[in-house]
Amino acid sequence: MTATMKATNHMSVDQPSAHLRVVSEQSQNTTSGINLSGVSKTYGTGDGKVQSLRPLDFHINDGEFFVVVGPSGCGKSTLLKMISGLLPPTTGEIHVDGNKVTEPHGDVGIVFQNALLLPWRNILNNVLMPIDMKNLSRETYTPRARELLKMVGLEGFEKKLPWQLSGGMQQRASICRALVHDPKIMMMDEPFGALDAMTREKMNVELSRIQRRTGKTILLITHSIPEAVFLADKVLVMTERPGGIAAIYDVPLGRERTLDVMSNPVFTDLVARIRKHFMTNSTLD
Amino acid sequence: MSEKKAPGAAARLLNAAWLRPFLLLVMIIVGWDLAIRIFSIPAYQIPAPGDVVKVLVTDWRELLAQSWPTTYATLLGFLASAVFGIPVAMLIAGSRTVESYVYPLLVFSQSIPKVAIAPLFVVWFGFGIVPKIIAAFLLGFFPVVVSAVQGFKSVDPDMVDLARAMKGSRFKVFCAVNLPHALPAIFSGLKVSVTLAVVGAVVGEFVGSNSGIGYVLQRSIGTFDLPTMFAALVILALLGVILFWLVDRIERFAIPWHVSQRADVFVAS
Repeated sequence: MTATMKATNHMSVDQPSAHLRVVSEQSQNTTSGINLSGVSKTYGTGDGKVQSLRPLDFHINDGEFFVVVGPSGCGKSTLLKMISGLLPPTTGEIHVDGNKVTEPHGDVGIVFQNALLLPWRNILNNVLMPIDMKNLSRETYTPRARELLKMVGLEGFEKKLPWQLSGGMQQRASICRALVHDPKIMMMDEPFGALDAMTREKMNVELSRIQRRTGKTILLITHSIPEAVFLADKVLVMTERPGGIAAIYDVPLGRERTLDVMSNPVFTDLVARIRKHFMTNSTLD
Repeated sequence: MSEKKAPGAAARLLNAAWLRPFLLLVMIIVGWDLAIRIFSIPAYQIPAPGDVVKVLVTDWRELLAQSWPTTYATLLGFLASAVFGIPVAMLIAGSRTVESYVYPLLVFSQSIPKVAIAPLFVVWFGFGIVPKIIAAFLLGFFPVVVSAVQGFKSVDPDMVDLARAMKGSRFKVFCAVNLPHALPAIFSGLKVSVTLAVVGAVVGEFVGSNSGIGYVLQRSIGTFDLPTMFAALVILALLGVILFWLVDRIERFAIPWHVSQRADVFVAS
């Protein structure tokens, strides 16, 4: 393990231990991955202006599991909507694979906190929704949809309506929906926030496995620090509103992860270190 | 079921949900008849149920013939309120500008009593079916718009974002997400609207018409023929019930997934 600590400009965190690298400058390849330069967001105009995000600069590499963790209302969801092209940034530019994002680019799959399945479509048709929206052929993608459902353990539920499934199963179906059109990027906004703790841990393991197998770039937003560290290749810690970058950490835990990782000292140290950011700001989420 | 279970079956029949309103109706009619006998109410104030039934039996041909124009006007007015009401609601829900211009005026127009302006339609369009259709349309329009606006506005914005992020065109997103989501609300508006359309058609017939149940009502009031008048009321009520039931059937067919329709689906699964 190389114990290189790179200089950070606005850090109030004490000297990290050897295995915890704080990363702020990275070799940036602007023609691949997601690149944000000076991206900020201010809602409203005139006197009613509310700054939601301070200018942000960071880069997400292809195939990286990138987790953003921060207190409630720090603009995490705004960030996700801007990268998907649903919301224009007030300042700055977002590039995905070198192309500037100005409108929804379609090469993303999104998972929200609620499964948001259409109640009038059965599970298979819900998973196929991106195919309908993008005018692709259902025949080509139906086998893939079935395969994805099988991968998340929903085989045999294709013809069920969403309300007949439990919350965890619905969320797994919505992950299949985000994957069905084979997007390069997956955006997940507190995807497991509405699940109970046990289902949540199971889903974390499953998601980790899915990401390793498919090699997708995943941007996940959470306010659970252990979840962030368990899943991430990199963790971006956000400050309180208006949101800014407090730190970006590498997670040197290898790519294959099981729940045993959670008792690894590297894991516990990193969790404690990230928690400190919020303790010192007196907002424990 | 074996014969042994027969008494149980009879009891179950008595408890069947569809029978209950009929049982209540029978009780009301019996109460009506008793009240007339006990308080000796004269026949020119309230007719006895027996007399009403007699009119229904003897004059059924005439009554049936007169109910066609009313049904026809009601249906056309109702269809018009659906055909115009739903797109208007789409515009109102889709644009704040349209909403700010149109919605207050719509509420304002709703406060004008239709009976007062109905004669105007007769002046414009004569004694034909057109004034009736317009009156039915005017009464049925408002509930459709109000419910549909609420339906279109209650779509989860995250759901729309999700569909937009899939690069769906505005029209596609609307058809796949907004419209089906609004259907339950639209149907509850349509159900209110169809019964009001009956009232509208009758209002149209009141002010100027020579056919239809409203005309029969008007004529029988003029000659104090109370049994015929009550018979006409019974037919109007039946018309309302049948049309309401039809819309309800269509709703079941159109939105079998909705919470309100779930009981049977659950048993089936």
